Amino acid sequence: MSTEVKINSPISQDSNYILKPKNEEEVSLIVKDLYKKNLPTEIIGSSSKNFIGNKLQCAKILNLSKLSGIIEYLPEELYIKVKACTPLVEIEEILRKNNQQLAFEPIDFGYISFSKSNKGTAAGYLSCNFAGSRRFKSGSVRDHVLGFRGVNGKGDIIKSGGTVVKNVTGYDLSKLITGSFGTLIALTEITFKVLPKKDSSSTLVIHEKNKEKIAKLFDNLQSSSNEISGSIFVPVEPNDKKYTKNREKIFKFNDLKNEGSFLAIRMEGSKKSIDERIRGLTDELNLKDKTKSILDVHQSLLFWERINNLELFSETLNGLVRVVVPPSRCIDLMKYLDQNYKYYIDWCGALFWIEISGMDETKLLKIKDYIITLGGYVTVIKNPKNLAPIKDIFTIDETRLHISKKIKESFDPKGIFNPGKMYRSI
Amino acid sequence: MSELILPKIDKTTILSRDKIIYKLKKITKSENVLHQDDEIKPYETDALSAYKQRPLLVVLPENVQEVSKILKYCNEEKIKVIPRGAGTGLSGGALPLNDAILLGLGKFNKILEIDFNNKCVVAQPGVTNLSITHAVQHRGFYYAPDPSSQLACSIGGNVAENSGGVHSLKYGTTTNNILGVELVLMDGKICRLGGKTLDQEGYDLLGLICGSEGLLGVITEVTVKILKKPQSVKAALIGFPSIEDSGNCVTEIISKGIVPAGMEIMDKALIEATDNFCKAGYPRDAETLLIVELDGTTSEVNELIKTVSEIAKKNNSSSIKLSKNEKERLAFWAGRKAAFPACGAMAPDYYCMDGTIPRGKLSQVLKEIQRLSKKYNLPVANAFHAGDGNLHPLIMYDGNNKDELKRTEEFGADILKYCVKLGGVLTGEHGVGIEKRELMCEMFNDNDIQQQLKIKQSLDEKNLLNPGKVYPILRKCAEEGRVHVHRGENKFPDLPRF
Ligand SMILES: Cc1cc2nc3c(=O)[nH]c(=O)nc-3n(C[C@H](O)[C@H](O)[C@H](O)COP(=O)(O)OP(=O)(O)OC[C@H]3O[C@@H](n4cnc5c(N)ncnc54)[C@H](O)[C@@H]3O)c2cc1C
Repeated sequence: MSTEVKINSPISQDSNYILKPKNEEEVSLIVKDLYKKNLPTEIIGSSSKNFIGNKLQCAKILNLSKLSGIIEYLPEELYIKVKACTPLVEIEEILRKNNQQLAFEPIDFGYISFSKSNKGTAAGYLSCNFAGSRRFKSGSVRDHVLGFRGVNGKGDIIKSGGTVVKNVTGYDLSKLITGSFGTLIALTEITFKVLPKKDSSSTLVIHEKNKEKIAKLFDNLQSSSNEISGSIFVPVEPNDKKYTKNREKIFKFNDLKNEGSFLAIRMEGSKKSIDERIRGLTDELNLKDKTKSILDVHQSLLFWERINNLELFSETLNGLVRVVVPPSRCIDLMKYLDQNYKYYIDWCGALFWIEISGMDETKLLKIKDYIITLGGYVTVIKNPKNLAPIKDIFTIDETRLHISKKIKESFDPKGIFNPGKMYRSI
Repeated sequence: MSELILPKIDKTTILSRDKIIYKLKKITKSENVLHQDDEIKPYETDALSAYKQRPLLVVLPENVQEVSKILKYCNEEKIKVIPRGAGTGLSGGALPLNDAILLGLGKFNKILEIDFNNKCVVAQPGVTNLSITHAVQHRGFYYAPDPSSQLACSIGGNVAENSGGVHSLKYGTTTNNILGVELVLMDGKICRLGGKTLDQEGYDLLGLICGSEGLLGVITEVTVKILKKPQSVKAALIGFPSIEDSGNCVTEIISKGIVPAGMEIMDKALIEATDNFCKAGYPRDAETLLIVELDGTTSEVNELIKTVSEIAKKNNSSSIKLSKNEKERLAFWAGRKAAFPACGAMAPDYYCMDGTIPRGKLSQVLKEIQRLSKKYNLPVANAFHAGDGNLHPLIMYDGNNKDELKRTEEFGADILKYCVKLGGVLTGEHGVGIEKRELMCEMFNDNDIQQQLKIKQSLDEKNLLNPGKVYPILRKCAEEGRVHVHRGENKFPDLPRF
């Protein structure tokens, strides 16, 4: 891990502190100037997620929020091209009208800070690459970015990809910039692949708390041919005052029969096919004697919305981390967390959202070291204000850091975009 | 085909051949260093066989340490290296250079781990695509991307090219189906990107490597995702009296929210060619043929195939056959899968193009291809992955006829330019390689290309790994399109080479 610290210029609050270009040409001109003057710059869309990553102290803020609006939407070609900082809700709204969706199921990071929705902009979302519950089935954000335009750290306007799904012309830079937290490029335009929405959905809830059994169910679900598009485990909260008990309130549904820990499975498709799959799963997973609930389409939609709003962690004052592990190690991590943390498991056992009370560097490093031994990684999503800055918000090894530095230099040779946001030395 | 501009030959390397052989024999077993003419010959070309080059020598390392040492040595001595998998590439990506070592991954042919718990397989890069499915099918699993060459092509080559198949619309291409790779950089550094987790944090280096055509590193291990076979798979074979009708049918299927596992269109020329070749039982009166494959749970598939039939009828289909069993389904595909050999049987040579277009532009593109076919006086047959817009015109020609060769090449380039003009791209799955290098300027401007070259430079400072591929040799995209130059007659001798 690198300990090198990037020193940013002090904040000079001149009248031009916040730069708000109206179009791509202006972005390019501004960045050319920043490059010439060597001014570290924070890039923002709507700041909905700027609590993620290291805090920045930059000479300038490049606010791209004026680059907003849908450029082209061709439902039958399954793509939508938008200006980079188009609000995500605007995109979801127009897709909904055409019975389509962003299949990676965006997560709403608004609730964890202010208990209300704040999905932010397309570019902001892309820069984080955090997909929701459908990920294990439909891919991550990076799998749905077909192309982009943007301005690199020298001020050059560049593009990559296109509007078609099958494209191997040149390096796939769309993937590279997805999840780069604004450290490589100031995005100006994005093309997303979109997919049809399924007619209906339903959620099968299995009331179960035994960790081994949960792990086994996850394992069977991953290899089930009864297609599922979501599978989570929500254990009861620990008996510790430092964690808010809001679980029963959030998951209060008419058809949810039992209190206590549960595993929920979503199926989407035609009503007939869903019924068939519920029957299929009941046989396949041997669920006959288990206590089960079935949520109809209305409850089901709300249920998954609440999951992907991270409402379990609404306004939490604790730390929040996102952990991805190989699915087979889910059982180990469950045992490790036991009753000491508030958490839930998504992606059929591969993703953990963990709330950590009294999170500090030592506590975090301990968990992180353990997760690395499982072959997984940790991203700090929320580091409470009253805690000291944490050094390694992301997980990286030496060789990848080495390559990442080189990639960064190739886009942003003077390191002016979001310096230190992901790693101190990048 | 016409002679290519290749990177400037480094005479010092050629003169040091004996020394290099000696050095390499210290790194790997001496029988792994091939330098006799007859040993080298099979490596002179890939599946774009019109181009041939003799490599300086061929080395077939056996493990990652050897790859690392070879690359480190070559980097220090400024020797060019061309990675090669199974050599089935159609864009000349593995074409050797006279002063380059051809690094074959043929000895990396083992499946290292079958991990059913994490639904993945760890394989060496030389393992063929199909053998991964073979290794897991006894438990009902398979590896989704299915290029037609899957019997022969290597998984390392698939990653390098980001290969796709007929099921890419629903299941994605290679990049959507791999979890990790082990990679050796040109300076010999060994690194792991990804692993057994979904997504990797930080820059998506795995996404960058996938489709990088052997320019950024040598892949020495691949971890792929495996999927459970769907419960039910059915196909519909639908004939149409016109291209427009089949195109409209595809658009309506998609608009209805159906995502078929596969959706293929063949034009009249290809229907005839394949039906003659393998008696596929295709409707010969049809102008176009559409194969739609649906998979999922039994009732869902039954429901959907009914909807597809209705949509087809509404769009004037002239015939509809639904597969009643697995044997029939495979028979529907038999002709389509034999598209290449069928064209091969009709002319001494064929040239397979690989543009992608917006689905809705199909009839417009096919009309233009017909026009060009008349203009260049060359027959053409078209196969189209209608689901994802990937078009494969197969131009038939006689390679011994110099003029025909030239016309074929121009015809192909015109098709690709037209694809780009209509909002498509130069290549959907076969890669740019040496073949479409100079056409890159149709899609990208100088800034775009420079950014990509910077990435290349940052990982391979001396431009030694697979040089002369993908990016135009005439670096400025201001220079117009394709360049025909005979060896040594470079029109712009003073321009920097890359
Ligand atoms: C009949 C036929 C049908 C085909 N059908 C399809 C199809 O349906 N879909 C499709 O996508 N393609 C298809 N192809 C093209 C080809 O099979 C694919 O591009 C395949 O992925 C190439 O794999 P290979 O092992 O043969 O690679 P090669 O041809 O050996 O190499 C291809 C490129 O990858 C690089 N490379 C190879 N291995 C490595 C490695 N280990 N590390 C770094 N770089 C490496 C090489 O330098 C070269 O640039 C077809 C080809 C043929 C001949």
